[in-house]
Amino acid sequence: MNSNLKEQVLRSSGVNVLKCMRCGKCSGTCPSYDEMEYHPHQFVYMVEKGDIETLMKSESIYKCLTCFACVDRCPRSVEPAKVVEAVRLATIRQQGCNHLIADSIPEMLDEDLPQQAIVTAFRKYTK
Amino acid sequence: MQRIGVFVCHCGTNIAATVDVKAVAEALSHESGVVISQEYQYMCSEAGQNLIKDAIKEHKLTGVVVCSCSPRMHENTFRKAAASAGLNPYLVEIANIREQCSWIHKEIATATEKAVILGRAAIAKVHLNAPLIAGESPVAKRALVIGGGIAGIQTALDIAEAGFDVDIVEKEPTIGGKMAQIDKTFPTLDCASCILTPKMVDCSQNEKIHIHSYSEVSAVKGFVGNFTVTIKKKARFIDETKCTGCGICTEVCPMKKVPNAFNMGLDNRTAVYIPFAQAVPKVATIDANYCLKLRGGTIKEKVCGKCAEACTAGAINYKQQDEFIEQTYGAIVVATGYNPIKLDKFDEFAYNQCPDVVTSLELERLMNAAGPNGGTLLRPSDKTHPHKIVFVQCVGSRCDDSKGKPYCSKICCMYTAKHAMLIREKYPDTEVYVFYIDVRTPGKNFDEFYRRAVEQYNVHYIKGMVGKVTPKADGKIDVQASDLLSNEQLHIDADLVVLATAIEPDQTARPLATILTTQMDTNDFFTESHPKLRPVESATAGIFLSGVCQGPKDIPETVAQASAAAAKAIGLLVKNSITCNPCVAHSNELMCNGCSACEKVCPYGAITYQDKEFRMPDRTTAIRRVAGVNPAVCQGCGACTVACPSGAMDLNGFSNSQIMAEVDAICK
Repeated sequence: MNSNLKEQVLRSSGVNVLKCMRCGKCSGTCPSYDEMEYHPHQFVYMVEKGDIETLMKSESIYKCLTCFACVDRCPRSVEPAKVVEAVRLATIRQQGCNHLIADSIPEMLDEDLPQQAIVTAFRKYTK
Repeated sequence: MQRIGVFVCHCGTNIAATVDVKAVAEALSHESGVVISQEYQYMCSEAGQNLIKDAIKEHKLTGVVVCSCSPRMHENTFRKAAASAGLNPYLVEIANIREQCSWIHKEIATATEKAVILGRAAIAKVHLNAPLIAGESPVAKRALVIGGGIAGIQTALDIAEAGFDVDIVEKEPTIGGKMAQIDKTFPTLDCASCILTPKMVDCSQNEKIHIHSYSEVSAVKGFVGNFTVTIKKKARFIDETKCTGCGICTEVCPMKKVPNAFNMGLDNRTAVYIPFAQAVPKVATIDANYCLKLRGGTIKEKVCGKCAEACTAGAINYKQQDEFIEQTYGAIVVATGYNPIKLDKFDEFAYNQCPDVVTSLELERLMNAAGPNGGTLLRPSDKTHPHKIVFVQCVGSRCDDSKGKPYCSKICCMYTAKHAMLIREKYPDTEVYVFYIDVRTPGKNFDEFYRRAVEQYNVHYIKGMVGKVTPKADGKIDVQASDLLSNEQLHIDADLVVLATAIEPDQTARPLATILTTQMDTNDFFTESHPKLRPVESATAGIFLSGVCQGPKDIPETVAQASAAAAKAIGLLVKNSITCNPCVAHSNELMCNGCSACEKVCPYGAITYQDKEFRMPDRTTAIRRVAGVNPAVCQGCGACTVACPSGAMDLNGFSNSQIMAEVDAICK
């Protein structure tokens, strides 16, 4: 367990994972559920355990649409989507990696990209 | 010269672990007037009390200071000990060195210093204590029960059984409450109304019990033993003494489209109605919001009057007005009950969109023989048999404050198991799913009951929560949920979805708490005087709590608490008089300037003004308006002493000079 990573995820998400009562409503509500290897409730629980590296390696962090359904419906206001986002940020912020070259972005634009993803991008990058 | 004894308690290690009790006793022994200063392991024990008693006699003490726990805990104990040794009990002062010192500090040095300061303040106060003698006030031999559900009914029956008159005030046209709406009870599956209605009939036949239905408490004055209560009898436009409950009026009433609250709005009733067949009192009520004649409208409607024409008893009176009754009571029992919460904040369950998503209380009516479908379980939308039913637990319970209720509603796990079992018993071709977070079944025969639902009736219990409910065009309902144990997301094509909705105190509870000057918690449940040792008494003397108004409960617990509240009320009513608190306010008439500030702030109405003749210099007299306190009514809250601009108001036992002496001792 990497406690620095756990602390980083908790700080950047601003989420108190201990508020979770393990009801699973986040995963019950998630539209990307079947695409994900690790599901919203698992994100919350694995962050609590400090198992961040497994999540960082998983494709699941790119499958979350950040639709915020889990945030809206979580009875305990845990905000799982923010945890997923924080794990994604932790991946991006790793040293020595070059994930994206700015000039290559226009080529990558996919016309079939779901509108939700575009809205999500705005939400993520305009804060 | 005062002769004061100081007694420092270790309270085992509760105090002694963080306060150097020996040092405290030693430091306080040097205070002026102190003739003896001792410490002991448990002052409240018999040996500890004997220590105080012996010291009073041996050293001829004129004042006692006990440095121990909160006065709420043992002030009475030490006062009694002092009294038995011949010292006026009001010459005993407590310095709270436990709750306000040892429990909240960690360092021995600072905690000890603070304990000495608190002891010094108490000594300064006891120097100015005067012996007080408690008066007595009479007890009115009559009880008021607010709320006529099973809690109020049981309390009233028990008090009447002991031979006292009881009035039940119920806001609905009939007593019975929520239990009357329930179909079966867990874990025995008794028919709820079969066990409730005999009790309702007992209430109406008992000559000691007086039911004020369709009534509300509008004002309460007075104090324990002597409450004066104003009851508002709402106009029901029917003369209760004449109505025979024959129901002919309900047959002729042309206004037939009124949502039937008793059946949770699942069917309609007429504007003049009797809520259900076993209603007590069996008297009709006209709903003025819907009655064509009373509501007004077209000229044709205004002349309706069909019920008055049909009524052979001549009971209908369209001109009836609200009536106010004033009555004196010795004790008041609050039994205001609960309601399921509104589901407006939970759009994901589609409750407001789809008639086939129902609450559990609605399901009770759907399954009840007196319900909208005569006991056959049919979907509200198309009246077909549901073959796949999904139950969702914890809807609005155990939520963050912003989302719902933070508490567990306690009854939902059990009634959901009951519903699931009854449905599987009656309709074996129905598949039943229950989504749960935890199944909570503490209680006699409760877990066995739940296991029966799983093992004998094959109800599918799934650990997980429903995330989204979507009504589909074909009439089915898509239930999207997580199954946490198999780590998958499920989609169930359900015919009926039942939400185990959280319960909350009735909305009349908060205004009532204000009227009664009782305390509530942030969830609007009434606060008991002590969570463990005084669970049925409110913090206001003479006001007792019964049923869900104090916290979520099932029926047996409610009945147990109702009887406990009755026992406490009876314990008060059997007394001919009660000892008053002598720590009451008094007015110094020479200093009073007649401004009425005290009269305005007094919550008990204990202060009255009168014109009095006073001797003035040079043998003249003058008439002055001065305040006087009725010591039987005063509760010693001290509001008047703070409000008085001229310092004329003072409180026995907590005089301004005593409090200033304490402050001076602390600041020395």
